Amino acid sequence: MIDQAAEPRSCVGEGFLEELLDHPEGHDVLACMQCGTCSGSCPLGQSMEYPPRRMILQARRRDMQGVLSSPSVWMCVGCYTCTLRCPREIDLTDTLWPAVRDRALQEGIQPPPELQSALQNLYMYGNVLGKSPRKRLEWSRGLDVPVTDLSKEHVAVDVLWLVGCYPSYYPRNQVVSRHFARMMTRLGVSWGVLGVKEKSLGDCDRLFGEEGLFETLVETNKELFERQQFKTIVLLDPHSYRALEVFYPRYDAGFPAQHYTTFLADHLDQIRPLLTKPVEARVTYHDNCCVGRRCGCYDAPRALLEAIPGVELVEMERNRENALCCGGGGGGMWLDGHITEHGGKRLSDERIRQAAATGASMLAVSCPYELSRFEDSAKVAGLEDRLVVRDIIEMLAESMGLDERDNR
Amino acid sequence: MKIVVVLRQVPDLIEPLETNANETALNYEEAGFLVNESDEHALEQALLMAEAGAAEVAVVAFDFGDVETTLFAAAAKGVERIVTIAWDDSDPPLADVATVMLAETLKSLEPDCVLIGCQAHDELEGALGAKLAVALDMPYLGVVRGVECSQDDNVLSAFKEFPGAAKARFSVRLPAVLGILAADQPPRYVPVSRIRAAMKSAQFDEAEAEPIASRTAVRVNRIFLPDKGDGATMLEGSEQEVAEQIADILIEKGVLT
Repeated sequence: MIDQAAEPRSCVGEGFLEELLDHPEGHDVLACMQCGTCSGSCPLGQSMEYPPRRMILQARRRDMQGVLSSPSVWMCVGCYTCTLRCPREIDLTDTLWPAVRDRALQEGIQPPPELQSALQNLYMYGNVLGKSPRKRLEWSRGLDVPVTDLSKEHVAVDVLWLVGCYPSYYPRNQVVSRHFARMMTRLGVSWGVLGVKEKSLGDCDRLFGEEGLFETLVETNKELFERQQFKTIVLLDPHSYRALEVFYPRYDAGFPAQHYTTFLADHLDQIRPLLTKPVEARVTYHDNCCVGRRCGCYDAPRALLEAIPGVELVEMERNRENALCCGGGGGGMWLDGHITEHGGKRLSDERIRQAAATGASMLAVSCPYELSRFEDSAKVAGLEDRLVVRDIIEMLAESMGLDERDNR
Repeated sequence: MKIVVVLRQVPDLIEPLETNANETALNYEEAGFLVNESDEHALEQALLMAEAGAAEVAVVAFDFGDVETTLFAAAAKGVERIVTIAWDDSDPPLADVATVMLAETLKSLEPDCVLIGCQAHDELEGALGAKLAVALDMPYLGVVRGVECSQDDNVLSAFKEFPGAAKARFSVRLPAVLGILAADQPPRYVPVSRIRAAMKSAQFDEAEAEPIASRTAVRVNRIFLPDKGDGATMLEGSEQEVAEQIADILIEKGVLT
């Protein structure tokens, strides 16, 4: 017979506050003065039945039933604006929202179907796209530089490159991966990838509230990384970087890690002489939320862009810590239908118009989600003929003359 | 009411399928496995029936493929009893063997209702549910899309799907076998923390069914991947022009004269 370890509680949401207060960061909700800065700052707050302020109020009232069954639970896109602006420094994005979602899942409340698919794919295949783990290296097919596959050869490398799910599988992002491989090789970096053994870091699962799935992936990845010899991990995906930098150490799984923008900025003296071909464009940069607001890194991507000859960098009105989110984080990448239905808009559509308002001809990004999100939004907004979306890596590769084969 | 659900493992189609050296079956050693989709719906239907009334749900599965993952997930969803049937071969049991061994196990569980997916993408000899019903001497209703319990404990209402999305209500006298196409709602998502808890606490009972030799009259001569064509041709123009082009193609191929 089976011992039902997690029997439904007698009342939906019962004991939520006590569970939240068990976490050191969760205790901060008691400091909330209900100023509403969080709800007012949230890019989707006005569409939420339970925006963050009201969610905290309900938690403190010990009345979470309405919250947990509300569509609001699945509307946070993990942009960290509420967390950054909270005058009481309450960790809303990384603590409150995952706790609420976790509790909803434990109560048997079903997440939107599109999110269920992403979670099931992660659990079964280690990637959100539901692709075969055996095809992890598909991005490197036909690549003109050697790839050290650490799943096959056990060698020491300087950089363990975690390619990431989208850069491994999604054709638009595979182009960026190939450029990055050529770039690291040109810089003389010794690098390797995990090949078929690479799995998602679970970056977004934690914000989904899928703590069990996140823990499973942390255990797998920790064991995998500990068997490798490397100096630092480099990632293209800012969400994964954030997970490794912020969440993994909480599970005794801390590893040195850099997002590619800071890694390349550290090599800028070496890169600058290689940037020989001008990229004539008026460029505006979209700060992604994880490297930007969550980890406070705003200068490295701009330093890279300004080093490219021909680039004129202009800023959007909302930039750096005030940048508007693309809507893809915190599970938003797999909640577009739900958020559009209940929020009435797609944030990337709004952001692409802000980029166009600068007069820029190119929107530079540094996150794998953003390429497809903004290219879709450019089409929706009728801007595809006047605003090109490119990853910073693509622009650097073009200037370095590395992009001949994948030139779009 | 005692409901027993049969859960089968089928090859996962995200991996390219390979045939064995004789080209008479899939190369199962190279395949990944997952639970058969309509069996997963059968489990969901059983859980819904249990939640609607006083029913207990058990599952039966061959110990084959990635069955533990499937069974731990079933336990996390609230299944009360899990019975496995030992199976050591790298290939799954053929239909006649599976029928005998499952029927023997099901008889020992004395179910009021057996739910099984009405199809599986690796079935070569027709629906296993119908074969089980014959072996168990129970009525069978297949392509069922939704089940309702009734006031009478010995009767269920089952909705069978027909072409054109037509649906008919059947009264089914128990015990019976139902071949499920889809449950009343999609299979529920269960958080991984519950699956991890189930991994620590769930116990599987092993059935006493012994493997038998297959006596199937069906012999596979060759199994192979379909030939790839040259791609599609888009016919363009008005409805009349497209109709004429289709007619020309059919005449060219000898279908029309």
